[in-house]
Amino acid sequence: MAVSRQVHPLDKYVRVDRLPHLWCPGCGIGIVMSAMLRAIGRRISEGLVREENIVIVGGIGCTARMSLYLNFDTVHAIHGRAIPFAVGVKLANPKLKVIVVGGDGDIAGIGGNHLMHAARRNMDITVIMVNNMVYAMTGGQLAPTTPTGLYTTTTPRGNPEKPINVVKLVASLGANYVARASVTHPALIETYVYRALGKEGFTFVEVLSTCPEMFGRHIGIKDAVQLFMELRGKVKVKAKPSLNESYYDWESGFVIGEYVDKDDPGYLRMIGLLR
Amino acid sequence: MRVEYVTSNIAIAEGAMASGLRFFAGYPITPTSDILEYLAEELPKRGGVVIQLEDEIASINAVIGASWAGAKAMTATSGPGYSLMVEALSFAIITETPLVVVYVMRAGPSTGVPTRSCQYDVFQVRYGSHGNYELPVLVPWSAQEAFDLTVKAFNVSEMLRVPTVILSDAMLAHTWEKVIIRNPSELEIVNRRKPEVPPQEYMPFKPGEDLVPPMACFGDGYKVMVESLTHDERGYYSPTTEVQERMIRRLVEKVRRNSHLIVDYETYFTSSAEYMFFAYGSTARSVYALVRELRREGIRAGLYRPKTLWPFDEGGLKKVASKAKRVFVVENNVGLMYKEVARVLRDKEVISVGIIDLDVPSPDRIKEVISEWL
Repeated sequence: MAVSRQVHPLDKYVRVDRLPHLWCPGCGIGIVMSAMLRAIGRRISEGLVREENIVIVGGIGCTARMSLYLNFDTVHAIHGRAIPFAVGVKLANPKLKVIVVGGDGDIAGIGGNHLMHAARRNMDITVIMVNNMVYAMTGGQLAPTTPTGLYTTTTPRGNPEKPINVVKLVASLGANYVARASVTHPALIETYVYRALGKEGFTFVEVLSTCPEMFGRHIGIKDAVQLFMELRGKVKVKAKPSLNESYYDWESGFVIGEYVDKDDPGYLRMIGLLR
Repeated sequence: MRVEYVTSNIAIAEGAMASGLRFFAGYPITPTSDILEYLAEELPKRGGVVIQLEDEIASINAVIGASWAGAKAMTATSGPGYSLMVEALSFAIITETPLVVVYVMRAGPSTGVPTRSCQYDVFQVRYGSHGNYELPVLVPWSAQEAFDLTVKAFNVSEMLRVPTVILSDAMLAHTWEKVIIRNPSELEIVNRRKPEVPPQEYMPFKPGEDLVPPMACFGDGYKVMVESLTHDERGYYSPTTEVQERMIRRLVEKVRRNSHLIVDYETYFTSSAEYMFFAYGSTARSVYALVRELRREGIRAGLYRPKTLWPFDEGGLKKVASKAKRVFVVENNVGLMYKEVARVLRDKEVISVGIIDLDVPSPDRIKEVISEWL
């Protein structure tokens, strides 16, 4: 049976024949994807990047699944390894604009070592990490970003661990651009991604997101709107926060904004591939 | 063409550059590090990129990415590093990514004796990854052959869109020998086939008659989907038995059906051999010396030396061994390839001569073991 659907302005960047997507109702990833596509669309329409030169690399997880739906050269790589894949792409063909999309588990958990070293090298790629604070695709297990004390399927007595502050980690390693955004403020996601894509060196955008099914459910907030409002209440916007304000804690909330914005030479320039 | 006095490690690096290597990523490991060091010096001079990454996992994933960006790409490692790479190797297999892995065997298990030689990993190299697949493995016995088979590895990999392994060992790695290093113009160099249809008609995993799909790379405007999930011809995830079976069978068949382009062997005195030796890699050098010694003593010995271990060349072996009375499989392990030889020559007497030696088993030691069978 033929299904008629209206044309969306971002359809040209989406493999619409693959819709509907697999994300749950109330998931924040769609907000990130559309904000990212608007940012990419702006850069294309302003003549700053060519559509055929965009490569989207995802590992494994809900966020990495974006790679299935986006109408560019895309990669659904293996768990945790999107960043090294992207590094190989960029070094083999520097004219490509390489964007890694991944969740907190993919990027900061299993892929944490690669994140650290790509940031340290100031490698010329953009990483967009959607942080829903949980392993969602596998059913709600503990993530390295799960705040202390919260319940997951593998911490039934509450998370005894301290979460990783990815913004602070990446900033400490010398990346050129580090921002934290939130699905509660989509316009800022677009702004940060747009800026990240325009810079040399390693650029990183963390996006705090909501996962009512696998995160909210276990902390007693399984209603999508309620979880969204809860996160919105915890998010404070600041244009240029200091790294001391990057604290990562469920109780005290989260400061979003552009933490690092500098212009050190990127890896390609250091090896003479960019002049 | 030039003649140089080099090790197999350097011969491999030279063979890769002659084949058009443009990207190398690696992580230091004994006895392989000097491939990374040599290429770090030489490859940038020829317009390529070399990077030492944070581990072997990053190295092979970067190599896969570089290949999709259009570059001929390679990494090099030893047993512990290969163990870390096998997950991504499986990814390269399902995405049909041309690339070359150099595997220089060293004595294990675990850290073992990193500086010394063995042939323990002839099965791990072939079966180490998860999934059901074929993987070409070439096994040189000299520095010259290391050069020649590296060129072949790139050609096989590009032609069939399959990762290809050069399996060397610690002894060959650092043995200096005379090598003829040919220029690209003196070699047959194969490059991956590009699509001949416009982007809207292109399907990244739709094969040609040889079962190999033409490969569009990033930036070519084809909007390819490189998918680690089971996928149909479009690269779209499809969790059905029908698609799974079609994909697995083609991934296996494209190598099997084209195996004549891969397998190769060399024989010495086999046409008149009563006793046939099967040996490969560095161990075959000792066996060759022993066979000549036995011939001088009037014993009708011969050597069958595969230059490729996988896919296992059943036809070649059967043909050469047809007249042999007894077959000795000599290897520097407890008897691994013996299992394959015994399976193929099931109507013959096949004897496993597995010798554990941190160098190459000497001709005398091999002779001692086999003498009761002559």
